[in-house]
Amino acid sequence: MSKIPLQFRHNGRDVAIFVDGGTNLLVALRELIGDMTPKFGCGQGGCGTCSVLIDGELHLSCLTLAETVGGRSIETLDGMKQGPNLHPLQRAFADHFAAQCGYCTPGMLMAAKALLDRNPSPSRDEVVEAISGNICRCTGYEPIINAILAAAGGRVSA
Amino acid sequence: MTRHRGRGMASINYPIGMNLGGDPSQALVHSNPSGKFTVALSSIDLGQGMKSVTRQICAETLGVPVEDVYVDTADSDTGPHCMGSFASRGTHRVGNAVMAAAREARGVMMEAAAEELEVNAADLETDGRGNIHVKGAPHRSISTKDVAIAAQFKQGKTISGRGIFLVPLSEVNPETGEMSPATCYAHACLVAEVDVDDETGEVAMVRMDSAYELGRALNPRLVEQQLVGGAWMGVSHALYETPEPYYPDPVHGPRDFVEYLMPGPGDICPHDIAVLERPAPDGPFGAKGPGEMCANPVLPAVANAIFNAVGVRIDDLPITPEKVLRAIKAQGGARPQARR
Repeated sequence: MSKIPLQFRHNGRDVAIFVDGGTNLLVALRELIGDMTPKFGCGQGGCGTCSVLIDGELHLSCLTLAETVGGRSIETLDGMKQGPNLHPLQRAFADHFAAQCGYCTPGMLMAAKALLDRNPSPSRDEVVEAISGNICRCTGYEPIINAILAAAGGRVSA
Repeated sequence: MTRHRGRGMASINYPIGMNLGGDPSQALVHSNPSGKFTVALSSIDLGQGMKSVTRQICAETLGVPVEDVYVDTADSDTGPHCMGSFASRGTHRVGNAVMAAAREARGVMMEAAAEELEVNAADLETDGRGNIHVKGAPHRSISTKDVAIAAQFKQGKTISGRGIFLVPLSEVNPETGEMSPATCYAHACLVAEVDVDDETGEVAMVRMDSAYELGRALNPRLVEQQLVGGAWMGVSHALYETPEPYYPDPVHGPRDFVEYLMPGPGDICPHDIAVLERPAPDGPFGAKGPGEMCANPVLPAVANAIFNAVGVRIDDLPITPEKVLRAIKAQGGARPQARR
């Protein structure tokens, strides 16, 4: 099978790779770009840990064909921190003990960012709705919801 | 259709670690020439906080800042033996082993410092900030870094310690057959409130209130996160998840996260937790550890709350809407019990 040339923006940087037809975006990001922050959980859209933003919109990278993102802008957790500083959401997750094993965390953070980018002061119900496609086994969700609400309210330690 | 509110409680008495003694774990502690310490374990941290807690225990025992301790774990090829991260044994068993190893390492560190300061080791104390000085004469001081360098390059000493924790094997009383299953027990009581829909059989969590007695909470935030997350897992076991919904035919089992039901962020409820600290005599700094008991009391409390709400006693987990509805039908309707 011939390789397909593909160019897109990855966390604000232009990247160019060759992918096999049918390659999903998760594999392209992890194996060809070397960005290991989107995780492989179930590979069928059931867990949310592979979530990335495509042109600012939340998508499951395991269900996205890589060749469909040509020319588009992909954001992953790898691009979230601002220089040496954690993003307020990352800071809030740490402050609120919103991660234990950490496997769901990349997807949770991307789902939270997608929410706050379009709705900077969400209600608790809106936060619940925003992360309802992401499965967490450890935290019981409460610390994650609290962290997102704290980040939205600017109640984050420096 | 009516939604019936019910309240149920459960109390548990939870033994820490494996029963009947044995159950060993080992730890090794050594200093690096930088004056920092490494704890070598093969115990696994799954996110529950084993690395944080063993780091605290080591730092406290050595008398050095927690920043100066690094915990290297989870490689059973290179780490000293551990029975594993289960049975709520991590903090208690591994913590005790780390404490023993750190105590031995501290002994060598103090001897090395004594040699440098030309005093008796028994006259020295640590300040917890990375210095060792003569009791009552803090100006006669040496940093742990300089001690580590002297031990390594001048004295030819390894500042290191070995630790193991092994519970004595339980003997059998020949008269009564009585044995001693565990040396350390944690306790909890949890009250669950639920709403049961008598038309659909659905059970919704309303709130939980709990009290946990788990020895000294070495890291209160980590204890709290264990209790919050563990209670969610208890709700999940009580009401949602099973690999065998139609046992014994595995064909109908869930195949993935979409079919394996668990409560989502919209299914949780407020949970008020009180932590009571009664230090365990044989725990590291009095700790017992939360572990599995975070989830355990939720299941019977929820089952009792359902009985209180509609008068049906479901003894098969998870308590799915189908089971609730069949039981309500079998008894000819919901029979709310007295609220207590």
